[in-house]
Amino acid sequence: MSTQFQTALSVANIHKAFGATQVLKGISLDAHKGDVISILGASGSGKSTFLRCINLLETPDEGSIVLDGEAIEMKRHRDGRLLPGNRRQVEAMRSKLGMVFQSFNLWSHMTVLQNVIEGPMRVLKRSRAECVEEAEALLHKVGLYERRDYYPAHLSGGQQQRVAIARALAMNPQVMLFDEPTSALDPELVGEVLRVMRSLAEEGRTMLVVTHEMGFARHVSNRVVFMQGGQIDCQGSPADLFEGLPTERFRQFVSSHQQRNAE
Amino acid sequence: MIDFAFLADTMLKLLGALPTTLTLFFSSLVLGLLLSLGVVAMRVSRWWFLSMPARFYIMLFRGTPLLIQMFLIYYGLGQFPAIRDSFLWVVLKSPYGCAVVSLAMCTAGYTAEIIRGGLQSVPHGQIEAGQAVGMNPWTLLWRVIAPVTLRQALPAYSTEAILLVKSTALASLVTVWDVTGVAQQIIQRTYRTMEVFICAALIYLVLNFLVVRAVAWIEHRLSPHLRERPQGVPTKPVPEATPHS
Repeated sequence: MSTQFQTALSVANIHKAFGATQVLKGISLDAHKGDVISILGASGSGKSTFLRCINLLETPDEGSIVLDGEAIEMKRHRDGRLLPGNRRQVEAMRSKLGMVFQSFNLWSHMTVLQNVIEGPMRVLKRSRAECVEEAEALLHKVGLYERRDYYPAHLSGGQQQRVAIARALAMNPQVMLFDEPTSALDPELVGEVLRVMRSLAEEGRTMLVVTHEMGFARHVSNRVVFMQGGQIDCQGSPADLFEGLPTERFRQFVSSHQQRNAE
Repeated sequence: MIDFAFLADTMLKLLGALPTTLTLFFSSLVLGLLLSLGVVAMRVSRWWFLSMPARFYIMLFRGTPLLIQMFLIYYGLGQFPAIRDSFLWVVLKSPYGCAVVSLAMCTAGYTAEIIRGGLQSVPHGQIEAGQAVGMNPWTLLWRVIAPVTLRQALPAYSTEAILLVKSTALASLVTVWDVTGVAQQIIQRTYRTMEVFICAALIYLVLNFLVVRAVAWIEHRLSPHLRERPQGVPTKPVPEATPHS
């Protein structure tokens, strides 16, 4: 098996309900190393919930997760729900999955640099000097080295999101999960974040990106997954999907986005 | 006519009792804080058999007068031979011990609620960010939840500390010779109520001024992220920002 097609992350048959509402109705997805997968879908289609199930910020009711060949242990509660079987394994798994949130979620009481070194120091137990050196290189990369002693409240949304990306990268994750990373940003700040994400994709990072940015899905990702009503409606290469428009729902979704951009 | 000689003499006598008031305050503050950590940990537990006793504790100590709590501990507990024979008697046999215990238990009820308010103000996203990098629950508590809670709870806690300074005056009623106790002793001998109590009030006023300044200093040190953005760094436009149209 060549490294190119090694599976980094394999998620199978994820179900999730909030109360009586079935949000995810059996979603499966395999990500190979170096894949950049864009997950599209209307609001309420379950795409964010799906992403949050992968690192168990939401516990799926049903399904399995395999990261880099290691299956996450789940046990069944008396009432039938699934629960994580082993807290340490979940923590180790999360440290290998970099998560970028829609609302950045930087730690407000720490400076930019402290935010970036926190995970490697406290979770990976690496030395401070080493972490600072790497963090400064990452901050250079996202263009925020000069702001390393700022607090999050003193940065714009785009800058905060770039710090959040550096924070996730500092863990040297095997897969990066992006949960609508540009949706909370002013339009003029979206570009700077997308540019950083594109450079990560070009480096060969494995990325799962829940997004509304059609340009990113079309030109940066190598696979597009379209979700509808808690299920995968269609998936494939961007060329296949955007030129082929395989389903009626996807065609409607694309045309409604084009209309919005034209306005 | 102001009798400066009498005022100076009274002030000196009252200041002689200041160490008692100060140790009453600090020991009940520290004990109360430790106790409140236990109470609040139980209070926010998802298990009812932990949260219900904590709710009951808070209701009891916030809902009854401190003076009655102090009397019950000082006059009441000594009646039970079981208490007199237990290790608790080492503390409870002295008026000072009873005063510290009742002050600490009372302030713990209020402090637990102050901390709970602080805990609720921690943005959920910041907790999730900690979970997402793989922090274990203790690291998350120590590095994310506790620092944010502390900053949120500090203003309310300073009020609680001020109330505690003033509450130490009640210890005089269970025969502890603190500032208020000594003041009453002087009044019984001289009948000069105004002068003596004004001197005592001045001491409490200065004490609370220092408490307020101390907490404000701590608050300032702990909240650089809430102050103005640092000056001197050029706010150059981000070069890679591209207009999005």
